[in-house]
Amino acid sequence: MTGSGMKVVDFQNVDIIFGKDPQKALTLLDQGAERDEILAKTDNVIGVAGASLTIEEGEICVLMGLSGSGKSTLLRAVNGLNKVTRGKILVRDTDNLVDVASCDARTLRHLRMNRVAMVFQQFALLPWRTVAENVGLGLELRGMDKAERAAIVEEKLELVGLSQWKDKFAHELSGGMQQRVGLARAFATDADILLMDEPFSALDPLIRDHLQDELLELQQRLKKTIIFVSHDLDEALKLGTHIAIMEGGRIVQYGAPEHIVLEPANEYVAEFVAHMNPLNVLRGGSLMTPLEQLKREDDEVLLDRAGRVRVKLNGSGSPESVSLDGYLGRLTPYEPGMDIAALPSTALITAPCDMSMRVAIELRQATGQPVALVEDGKLVGVCGDEEIYAGILRQSSVADKAPETGL
Amino acid sequence: MDFIENYKIPLGNWISDFVDFLNDHAAWFFNFISDVLGFLIEGLIDVLQAVPGLLLIALIGAFAYWLHRSIWLVVGIVLSLLLIVNIGYWEETIETLALVIFATATCMIVGVPVGIAAAHRPWLYTAIRPVLDLMQTIPTFVYLIPTLILFGLGVVPGLISTVIFAIPAPIRLTYLGISSVPKNLYEAGESFGATKSQLLWKVELPHALPTIMAGLTQCIMLSLSMVVIAALVGADGLGKPVVRALNTVNIARGFEAGLAIVIVAILLDRICKQRGLNQKER
Repeated sequence: MTGSGMKVVDFQNVDIIFGKDPQKALTLLDQGAERDEILAKTDNVIGVAGASLTIEEGEICVLMGLSGSGKSTLLRAVNGLNKVTRGKILVRDTDNLVDVASCDARTLRHLRMNRVAMVFQQFALLPWRTVAENVGLGLELRGMDKAERAAIVEEKLELVGLSQWKDKFAHELSGGMQQRVGLARAFATDADILLMDEPFSALDPLIRDHLQDELLELQQRLKKTIIFVSHDLDEALKLGTHIAIMEGGRIVQYGAPEHIVLEPANEYVAEFVAHMNPLNVLRGGSLMTPLEQLKREDDEVLLDRAGRVRVKLNGSGSPESVSLDGYLGRLTPYEPGMDIAALPSTALITAPCDMSMRVAIELRQATGQPVALVEDGKLVGVCGDEEIYAGILRQSSVADKAPETGL
Repeated sequence: MDFIENYKIPLGNWISDFVDFLNDHAAWFFNFISDVLGFLIEGLIDVLQAVPGLLLIALIGAFAYWLHRSIWLVVGIVLSLLLIVNIGYWEETIETLALVIFATATCMIVGVPVGIAAAHRPWLYTAIRPVLDLMQTIPTFVYLIPTLILFGLGVVPGLISTVIFAIPAPIRLTYLGISSVPKNLYEAGESFGATKSQLLWKVELPHALPTIMAGLTQCIMLSLSMVVIAALVGADGLGKPVVRALNTVNIARGFEAGLAIVIVAILLDRICKQRGLNQKER
């Protein structure tokens, strides 16, 4: 699920500095001074330095890093809660891009009311208002009349499954439900851009997991552009179509989840990666041994080194038949939700390249055979024991490189 | 020591001269204020007294029921008001009520906006804080004298003194309520495009409301505690019989009038106390 190619939010060399004399801090920053040095010399805190990032329509971009890395600061600059000291943040407003850093108050208000909505870590619901009144806040600020508002509120509460709670006060709900109210409130204005500032961090792990799934499911339907702040790599990998890792106010690595996991740009990223679970992140395509590197004998492709598993390809490169130890096997396409444990050992599974590592291991364990990876019906590679081990080891080799910090 | 005493700084004279100056040159202004306030408060007293006593008691009871839905409170209120009628202080009670209502309204109308302004501008709060301290600590009799000179004998100097004494409470509590709005609630409003005035009406004031109401209750109590002092400069009401009883060493009268004041105080406190604070608070 990648973006449609239309820029929605574009950070251009954004510096955000907190303090009384940001100009002096900028000068030092340009001379290459570090954060601590600038703090000591000018009493200014570098929130974000030199951040450039382009976010396209329909993406979920996760800003990720430890606390104090500037991820929230950068997020909050998109709707002007934090002021940009230098640089531009372009936000799409239908046909043109508006620079939040330099626009006037009216334009900013227009963006906040119609284009950008926000979900907060501590929910930030108004406790004296009912759930429905909270959800309708943005519409009320816009000046929409009560009847019109009620219909939209009803619809958005339906969306997050809280219709029957609409007349309760926010604090009568559990944390997970409160954050659903927060989500509904953000959806209510029909803004295309959603800013989510560690929205699930305050919740229990189980509830957090539920809400992540719900968000993904809603995103399938609503196709918002989401900027999501998280300090949890597993969350980032689960939700993000792209991840930007931040350290000390700078973006140190930006890319697709797999890219972050397989090629950490520095030790800081590597350390994050060392503690994550690779099973759901790595895909067959990045684990496999590609077709070109496989041995061929006559018209057969050997899927393992010993030559036990041989696949015959037809003229267009699609697997036609398979022999296992000389016996005829059965080519079985993988379907999500199939009963993996019931697969016979005579089956050779053909699976799409975006199959997760977890599925690859399950299939390998159930059939005893490697998994053939296909794309558009054609054989492109294989994922067997060696590839799976290599996938795990790539993790641990990364972890070995990371310094012991006792984290 | 002698040296210091010999050259006394004429602080008192300065103030006295200043008051004289005001009285000489701005008398028209103070007379005008005095006339307007006097007219308004006399009007309020007349209106309240035009209503038959029993009807007014019934109305107060109904109002209390509407606010609190408690039949016992209403029974208590009606019985104690009937007791006041019985001991013969109904008229004075009305006058006192009018003074308290008027003073409280003035304090709230001025105090709440000042409190809001101070919460939004830290420098303003720094500036008015010593003034508020002064207003609360300076003995009431001290500013009773100049107000008496400037506004003349009667209910107006009593009212002005009462306002000076009571107004710091709503200012401070409004300030407290507004400045304690959690940052994330404020940002939630901001992030959905609220203007400054929308933030005030939809986020800050609702959040501060319980605190402002506490300011209102305090203000009423402080106003009531000024009743006797206001009587010294000629304000009508329950204070007058107390002052008279003091001058004539009349224990019976003093006790009865004092009891009436206590009853009014308790009634106002119970009526103003917020209902369901526990259901609103988290």
